[in-house]
Amino acid sequence: MKAIFILHWHWVLAILGMAVATYATRLSGLLLMRGVVVKGRMKAALDAMPPSVLMAVITPTVLMTGRAQSIAAVLTAIAVIFRLPLLVTILVGVLSVFVLQWFGV
Amino acid sequence: MVCIGGAGHLNDSFAKHFRLGLKDISPTLLAYIPIAMLWGTMAAAKGFSPFEAFLMSFFVYAGASQFVAIDMWVEPLPIALMILTAFIVNLRHLLMAASLSRHIQNIRSIFHPFMMYILTDEAWAIAERKALSGPLSLGYYLGVAAPLWPTWFVSSAVGALLGSALGDVAALGDFGLASMFISIIAGFWKGPRTAAVIGASALAAVLAHFYIPGRWYILIGGLAGVVTAALLHVEDEIEGPEDTVAAGAP
Repeated sequence: MKAIFILHWHWVLAILGMAVATYATRLSGLLLMRGVVVKGRMKAALDAMPPSVLMAVITPTVLMTGRAQSIAAVLTAIAVIFRLPLLVTILVGVLSVFVLQWFGV
Repeated sequence: MVCIGGAGHLNDSFAKHFRLGLKDISPTLLAYIPIAMLWGTMAAAKGFSPFEAFLMSFFVYAGASQFVAIDMWVEPLPIALMILTAFIVNLRHLLMAASLSRHIQNIRSIFHPFMMYILTDEAWAIAERKALSGPLSLGYYLGVAAPLWPTWFVSSAVGALLGSALGDVAALGDFGLASMFISIIAGFWKGPRTAAVIGASALAAVLAHFYIPGRWYILIGGLAGVVTAALLHVEDEIEGPEDTVAAGAP
């Protein structure tokens, strides 16, 4: 029972720090951007931020781990193109890695 | 539309609008449960107690950045980099909130801070769709956005509880994370320029991961993609409909 409520205090610090950072993005949109029209080059840069950051996040896993992971990433992308639900695409990715590694890829 | 008469009248309208919002978000509500549980099991694999998983989902409440954080969760924790990464991964909320602010001007501003706290990609998408046919009501917005929050933090804690019971699931979760992000990236697809952005990000991340220790490849790759998008931008291009609406907002 005790294990459920374990707290690492510096972990809590990290969590609260991330919470403040996340809330800042949500609230500042309301406060700073009221009446301001974001367009042009700045809009293009901000629009590109999520896919760009997420791609960087997965790069070591997808491109630098092994052939099985790289092929599985392509199969996942194909599942996404066919508009399969999120959970199905996740299953496609995970199962592909298992199957490919099973066959020694 | 918006009732500002007697209190009873207002409550009737609030309940009605809340139920409408709840109905529109219900498919997403069901989808949140397994995703939050997956996050919880991955957090447990990194040593999170169910209570810690609950705390993070309660306070941070942002799926993508929570998955990124778990990926980065190696002692000693790079806390400053984690906070910076959470900020960057969630910067899209700034644009969403900015866009949404145009549709909630008739809702009392005392509610705005909480409305922004529970803003997620999915709630935003549904709310913006509704806003096409008129200003949003408080009831409708809360019906859409509020139920997602407890669903997320309760399912996270349950996932962490099951995860610690099941033992190490990191092997399974690792690629699950990557495939989920592939799906999310696809949601931002806007043609060949997105391919250039993603390609620049991947190339810079590979080089950075190879030559620089730590997790800096996330920021270096991310910035490479953003700079590419800014460079490829053509100024005369027809702007998206959001900008037109913003210009005509009261």
